[in-house]
Amino acid sequence: MTVPPARIRTLTIDGKDVGAREDETILDVARENGIWIPTLCQMTGLSNIGACRLCLVEVAGSTKLQPACVTRVEEGMQVTAHSDRLAEYRKMIVELLFAEGNHICSVCVTNGHCDLQWLAQRLEIDHIRFPYLYGKRSVDASHERFVLDHNRCVLCTRCVRVCDEVEGAHTWDIMGRGTNARVITDLAQPWGESTSCTSCGKCVSVCPTGALFEQGKAVTEMVKHRELLPMLLTMRGRQR
Amino acid sequence: MSTDLTPPTARSDAERGEPKPKVKAATVWLDGCSGCHMSFLDIDERLIELAQHIDMVYSPLVDPKQFPDHVDVALVEGAVSSEEDLEKIKRIRKHTSILIAFGDCAVTANVPSMRNSFSVKDVYQRGYFETATRRAGVPDQVVPKLLPQARPIHEYVPVDVFLQGCPPPADVIYGLLTDLLAGRKPNLTEHTRFGR
Repeated sequence: MTVPPARIRTLTIDGKDVGAREDETILDVARENGIWIPTLCQMTGLSNIGACRLCLVEVAGSTKLQPACVTRVEEGMQVTAHSDRLAEYRKMIVELLFAEGNHICSVCVTNGHCDLQWLAQRLEIDHIRFPYLYGKRSVDASHERFVLDHNRCVLCTRCVRVCDEVEGAHTWDIMGRGTNARVITDLAQPWGESTSCTSCGKCVSVCPTGALFEQGKAVTEMVKHRELLPMLLTMRGRQR
Repeated sequence: MSTDLTPPTARSDAERGEPKPKVKAATVWLDGCSGCHMSFLDIDERLIELAQHIDMVYSPLVDPKQFPDHVDVALVEGAVSSEEDLEKIKRIRKHTSILIAFGDCAVTANVPSMRNSFSVKDVYQRGYFETATRRAGVPDQVVPKLLPQARPIHEYVPVDVFLQGCPPPADVIYGLLTDLLAGRKPNLTEHTRFGR
């Protein structure tokens, strides 16, 4: 069987001429060319959903900002991945996540290994300008191996997607709207009572924060093994 | 924000070859664990070098009881959690040129904020009744009343410098103070972050 030749598109990102296959996204091309665009919900190996909006970029000719992870390249596209406006919005997004949840880094099992904490530092956030909500959120420690701490959940849905798309169990889902939205297991039953959960731990390893962690881990001890997902997919012969 | 701690008069004094007056510094302990102060002491022998440029006019580490009328730089540890904290932070802001939110409790309210999802009544109930072994009851003297929530300093008064970390590393505190003394604007996020 002959594979049709990939069509090539040429575009610019931050003034740099880059070439891409037509099926690539702006984020793919930026990464191939060493241009860093912040992401949170995106994870190589899972479907892209453009939920966190951290990868928003400016595209010439459009007043709307476009999420780089789900925007396909086009011929002649002029992309701005770094501007004062984007930097400000990205900072605001991360600040709002901090203000909405109860992210107390100093007593977190993933302190030092957390994507949200790292993003705050990388985006030079030294304080949160928005008033903290300090909402009451619960912790589900009913599973024999893992814990779900809603205080630290940023609703990126990486756990939902990895469980559905890679493990095939679809234990995780989202319930509620706005600030009341929560990740749930099965039909909002305690995780330990879930009949669909295979206890594989993929959700724990892809979670960007300390929202999902292993029982018995103390502060700073929970190191996530995110490299396992691409390795697993390669071994299965399935690349996204 | 002006980060130059050198008063204009000192500059002209220096031009005349006169010794530079010392910077008036303060450290304050609101609702925190004193870990930031411990980290400050971890500067170790470099404290002697700092002492040549700094006059510590108010601190839990020195004697004065009243926050002075003028302080050049104040490092404030801890969240604003009680009526006394609120009163203090307002006075500190009014009488301080450069106010530094010192550590995560000051910057984010951190661990003290873990009481915020409960009512003050429930917090008192837990602290002064359920866990009391004798003389249960909320104290009405000396111990200041709690505010409804523990919140970061900048929600009450403007802050000039945010020094993150739980606690901020000693080297970063030293670097910040030497930067300020030299009139440089420090970039702290390169060296510390929430929770460090």
